[in-house]
Amino acid sequence: MSQDIRTILKKAFPAAIVEQEAETEDYLEVRPGEWFEIATFLHDTPELKFDSLQCITGVDWGPEAHLEVRYNLHSMEHKHKLEIRIVLDRTAPEVPSVEKIWRVADWFEREVYDMYGIVFTGHRNLRRILLPDDWVGWPLRKDYETPETYHGIVVPKIKEEWE
Amino acid sequence: MVLNIGPQHPSTHGVLRLKVKTDGEIVSEITPIIGYLHRCFEKHCENLSYEQVIPYTDRCDYIASMNNNFGYVVAVEELMGIEVPERVEYIRVIMAELNRIASHLLALGTYGLDIGAFTPFLYMFRDRERILDLFEMTCGARLLYNYMWVGGLSHDLPVGFVEAAYDFLDYFEPQVKEYNDLLTYNKIFIERTADIGVLPAEVAINYGVTGPNLRGSGVAWDLRKAEPYSVYDRFEFDIPVGKGLVGSVGDCWDRYWVRVQEMLESVKIIRQALQKMPSEGDVHAALPKKVRPPKGSIYKRTESPRGDLGYYIISSGKPVPFRIKMRSPAFTALCVLDEIARGWMISDVLAILGSLDIVLGEIDR
Amino acid sequence: MGVLEHKFQDNIVVASVDKLLSWARSTSPWYFQFGLACCAIEMMATAASRHDLERIGMMPRSSPRQADVMIVSGTVTLKMGLRVKRLYEQMADPKYVIAMGSCATSGGPYWKYGYHVLKGVDLVVPVDVYIPGCPPRPEALLDGLLKLQEKIRHERPLTRKTGT
Ligand code: SF4
Repeated sequence: MSQDIRTILKKAFPAAIVEQEAETEDYLEVRPGEWFEIATFLHDTPELKFDSLQCITGVDWGPEAHLEVRYNLHSMEHKHKLEIRIVLDRTAPEVPSVEKIWRVADWFEREVYDMYGIVFTGHRNLRRILLPDDWVGWPLRKDYETPETYHGIVVPKIKEEWE
Repeated sequence: MVLNIGPQHPSTHGVLRLKVKTDGEIVSEITPIIGYLHRCFEKHCENLSYEQVIPYTDRCDYIASMNNNFGYVVAVEELMGIEVPERVEYIRVIMAELNRIASHLLALGTYGLDIGAFTPFLYMFRDRERILDLFEMTCGARLLYNYMWVGGLSHDLPVGFVEAAYDFLDYFEPQVKEYNDLLTYNKIFIERTADIGVLPAEVAINYGVTGPNLRGSGVAWDLRKAEPYSVYDRFEFDIPVGKGLVGSVGDCWDRYWVRVQEMLESVKIIRQALQKMPSEGDVHAALPKKVRPPKGSIYKRTESPRGDLGYYIISSGKPVPFRIKMRSPAFTALCVLDEIARGWMISDVLAILGSLDIVLGEIDR
Repeated sequence: MGVLEHKFQDNIVVASVDKLLSWARSTSPWYFQFGLACCAIEMMATAASRHDLERIGMMPRSSPRQADVMIVSGTVTLKMGLRVKRLYEQMADPKYVIAMGSCATSGGPYWKYGYHVLKGVDLVVPVDVYIPGCPPRPEALLDGLLKLQEKIRHERPLTRKTGT
């Protein structure tokens, strides 16, 4: 990421950008509060014009630590890219949805919700996407336990002697 | 009326369910319901070592396994800073392009099947078998190869591969004309696909649609040219884009046509690669003793037959990846279905769905 | 063969008709065109040009009601497992199930960490023939189908002696 994008964003949203130790790192950490405004800014400003959202990744840093969402943005016009990271609280993970800006985020966010239980506020249709609606738990969290049965079908547990 | 298509339906390309709200014959809303093939790829990645993940990437997009391997190993190599030998790079490109042809053949064949043309399917499968023979010769597997390893390949090319590959290319190029006669310029086929399901370029970009679907809308965006990885910058090839030859730009026929042209481009690349490939070199030379990338993360995309295939890898310095996320091109392609299929007839929905060329293994992972 | 079951005694006529019936059935088991995952691609390859399933009398049907054999080709997930069961129930008797590939047999590569994978389709429907492999080669599938035909040929539907 070029230094300019960082400077532009810092000028526009001084409070929302988290200071990083190494300025050279190629990502930007923002606070969840103003994320929707930042995203709109990134999408609409002509010299940034991040028109394509590549990927949304959820990360769980362990049962004692926090959750995190990472966005990979790309601009088809300027051919530059940017990674945004948002750190979230584990007990009540909430982040504004950007589904209205990049329509592809609709499904990406649903997937992250499905796997991590991160709530995207403002999403118009936040349901499970891959797992069945009546599934319990957030499978990609590090402390997830596989259920014993699902609708009467046995899900065998890991048996070490099968190795 | 609400109509359920799937999860078992011959033309949904696997286990996909579409909830179609219709007004008479006209579709007013489509809700794709996915996840019937969710095989917990990402959970497996967090429990297996970097090398062990490779076979699982095969099984995500099972039609283009080589390209999946390719994307993954390129990402891990960049994270570790490994330089692979020239010969390996060329072999990888050859394999990836052969697999691209095979994947497009399957996509076009089944697309014909969806529309109701059975014969092209048999023709295309016949030629696809020849590519699978080449793969089988190289690594012993027909469908899921586990051929590319981090830093190298599992085997060198077998004796006689180069000749066999040339043989295949010489055989294949004239075949494309046959497909064109059979399907591409078939009157009925054009009627069913031209002007149907138009996907405008801005919508495609906003929905993250990539690959042939995006190029069908007239955007010349190909990662092999735009962000060249491996040795793709050394080849001459064009990016075919949809021109609206029989309808408007971005319709089903354009998406189909782009795939046909891409097969010819792949043939070009393979020919050049076979020529330029160094004849000597150890494919195991750069294999690391331990695959243990330093702490950090990387998002790397490559061009799979369906579009941008991205891997987001977070390493915590252990031999086991901390997190791997796969950004699959078919996932975003299916996302746009609702947008472009509204207002069309039910029978057109299947034509549109087929033209997006989705693979459920990759969508659900 | 619900209606005819146990209505006959074993005599020379019944035995011959019995044989004829099972022979006729064994040569044309229509299969249910039902692809799940990677194995489905191999199933398609088997049905297409080079291997040509139709030469052993197997034809794809798109509806479970017209099919005799269900080839479970691929990973069955929990979400899909319930549907597979329902599809099986929709098929008309006599019906057979083939578990194609290691996923359908036991969960395959997804055995250990697959929280959402059904560990073997035999947990929801009865299976007649298991075909190992990941994916099984078309030849293996053909072999499995021939095994199934053999099994059907040894069945005696009227007098209800099960085959080998
Ligand atoms: S057995 Fe292997 S090839 Fe078949 S569905 Fe399972 S993973 Fe795919």
